[in-house]
Amino acid sequence: MRSVCIARRREYAGEMTSSASPSTRANARPLTDEEVDRIRNDFPILDQLVNGHPLNYLDSGATSQNPLSVMEAEQEFYEQRNAAVHRGAHTLAFGATETFEAARATVAAFIGAQAAEIVWTSNATEGINLVAYSFSNASLGLGGPEAKRFALGAGDEIVVTEMEHHANLIPWQQLALRTGATLRFIPVRDDGTLDLGAAAGIVGARTRLLAVTHASNVVGTINPVAELVALARSVGALVLLDACQSVPHLPVDVAALDVDFAVFSGHKMLGPTGIGVLYGKAELLAGMPPFLTGGSMITTVDMHTAEFLAPPQRFEAGTQRISQAIALAAAVDYLTETGMERVAAREAELGQRLVAGLADIPGVRLLGPPAGVDRIGLASFDLAGVHAHDVGQYLDEAGIAVRVGHHCAQPLHRRLGVTASTRASTYLYTTTDEVDRFLATLAEVAPFFGVRS
Amino acid sequence: MTQSAMQQLYQQIILDHAKSRNGAPAGGLPPLEAAGTAAGASLGADSPAGAGAGLRVTESHQVNTTCGDEVTVRIGVRAGEPGGSPESAGEPADDAVIEEFAWAGDGCSISMASASVLHDTVRGENVATARAVLNTFREMLRSRGTIEPDEEVLGDAAAFAGVSRYPARVKCAMLPWVAFEAALLAD
Repeated sequence: MRSVCIARRREYAGEMTSSASPSTRANARPLTDEEVDRIRNDFPILDQLVNGHPLNYLDSGATSQNPLSVMEAEQEFYEQRNAAVHRGAHTLAFGATETFEAARATVAAFIGAQAAEIVWTSNATEGINLVAYSFSNASLGLGGPEAKRFALGAGDEIVVTEMEHHANLIPWQQLALRTGATLRFIPVRDDGTLDLGAAAGIVGARTRLLAVTHASNVVGTINPVAELVALARSVGALVLLDACQSVPHLPVDVAALDVDFAVFSGHKMLGPTGIGVLYGKAELLAGMPPFLTGGSMITTVDMHTAEFLAPPQRFEAGTQRISQAIALAAAVDYLTETGMERVAAREAELGQRLVAGLADIPGVRLLGPPAGVDRIGLASFDLAGVHAHDVGQYLDEAGIAVRVGHHCAQPLHRRLGVTASTRASTYLYTTTDEVDRFLATLAEVAPFFGVRS
Repeated sequence: MTQSAMQQLYQQIILDHAKSRNGAPAGGLPPLEAAGTAAGASLGADSPAGAGAGLRVTESHQVNTTCGDEVTVRIGVRAGEPGGSPESAGEPADDAVIEEFAWAGDGCSISMASASVLHDTVRGENVATARAVLNTFREMLRSRGTIEPDEEVLGDAAAFAGVSRYPARVKCAMLPWVAFEAALLAD
């Protein structure tokens, strides 16, 4: 099994990455339509009819599909290597531990981090909660003197933005409620970009943490992380980056970005569900008290106290998501061998094709930056007179899968004056034809519902 | 595009109701006055002043958490004749009449049309009749397309039979009816 799966990946490397020499995103050659057609052979789920039409999957922003190599990696683990990690003293357990830790190194290298800076979580949401609860525990005095720098109280401020996914908002609301800190936010402008002018007045001496998304899951905006980090640094605040929509789609180097924490989820980057990643700078993780406690994260325990392991194990209590972590590493291999610069360039093209096409459909209001402005390969919009759920229903009947609703970002929708929107999101397996077919079908929707434009 | 499937789901009657929004005051619902004071004014612009005297006005706000659609149903119920059917605690008697019905909401065509049809269906009816329609409507929607709609009982509401084949949309159609049911029980 394992040899089959490695052979498949090598085949890939031969076909694709030989020409994708290290290059910057700006001059990377986008994946071609022919290459995308070959990539699709690795995703069996895409080859099916839905309601009598070829599945047109434009919901990768919600969850991506798995290539065979990812599914095989998970199956191979259970067939050949399954054992408890970091516990057993037998050969199988050593092997499982080694593979599990190799997966950590693979994911670390993918984002420019050290292996010990990668904490496995169940999903990105848990990663953010881990940081919030660790700070919460520090605020209660846990973690000793090293944890003092993470303690929050009255007078301290946590800053988020108005475009955050609920996962990067509610944990901070709750942390503020528990500690007496104040939650503030950087507003969003009409075009779906952050109001950086206002940000300078909001991030100040009281700011302890800035939690911001790298790329918006709704409007597709790519935020100026360097500028935001510089602003936070100028006041001594920490920065947490929600990288759920960036790590799967853009080359991301957390060390170069100089963020303190970053989170992302496996299932949005060709991996399985149930696995997420928290990146934290080593020196920060080293001072943070644990969130979840229990087995596998301690050194010595008596009936009243416990000493904790160094990170990342300190934050990985209980049985880990072993097969998922290993499968996520297989997903990372797939992305690396395809070339993240080329994936990003391809998706930038598809994103622009989407927004240009949407602009031609009467009654469509694009949410977010207009055509010509950098965005990830997704677009959300409002269709005048037709509710997003009705748009989604019509598209689904044509085999087109899109996301409808508020996409876990109610405040952003409220800010943009809509309660719900329709979102089409692409990935490395999305064809140009699928984008065009989506646009053509969308053009039928308003006439069907009897809306004149 | 299988037009037929879409047309079966989105019957013309549904599209018409989604636009006309019968029973939804254009500017939304006015603030809910204390019970018994100016009930008529609480029920929207088309209620003549003083029409609400003696009405028990209640409302319920329901949200479909999967999509964020929301509906508020406000009803004015006049108690039945003295000596009529007994009123159980917090619930109007069977012969009490739903004299006023107003709603406000934001959502898809299915949920908005359903609220409009509900208004036309139960306004002016007594509680027993309204409950019977509600039960029939719910049964039809939960049937996954297996129950032929009883047009005698349901009237325009029978147009929602197609929705029952789309489990994800049943909640949309039920939303205003659930709000109505809760308003009947509200204090």
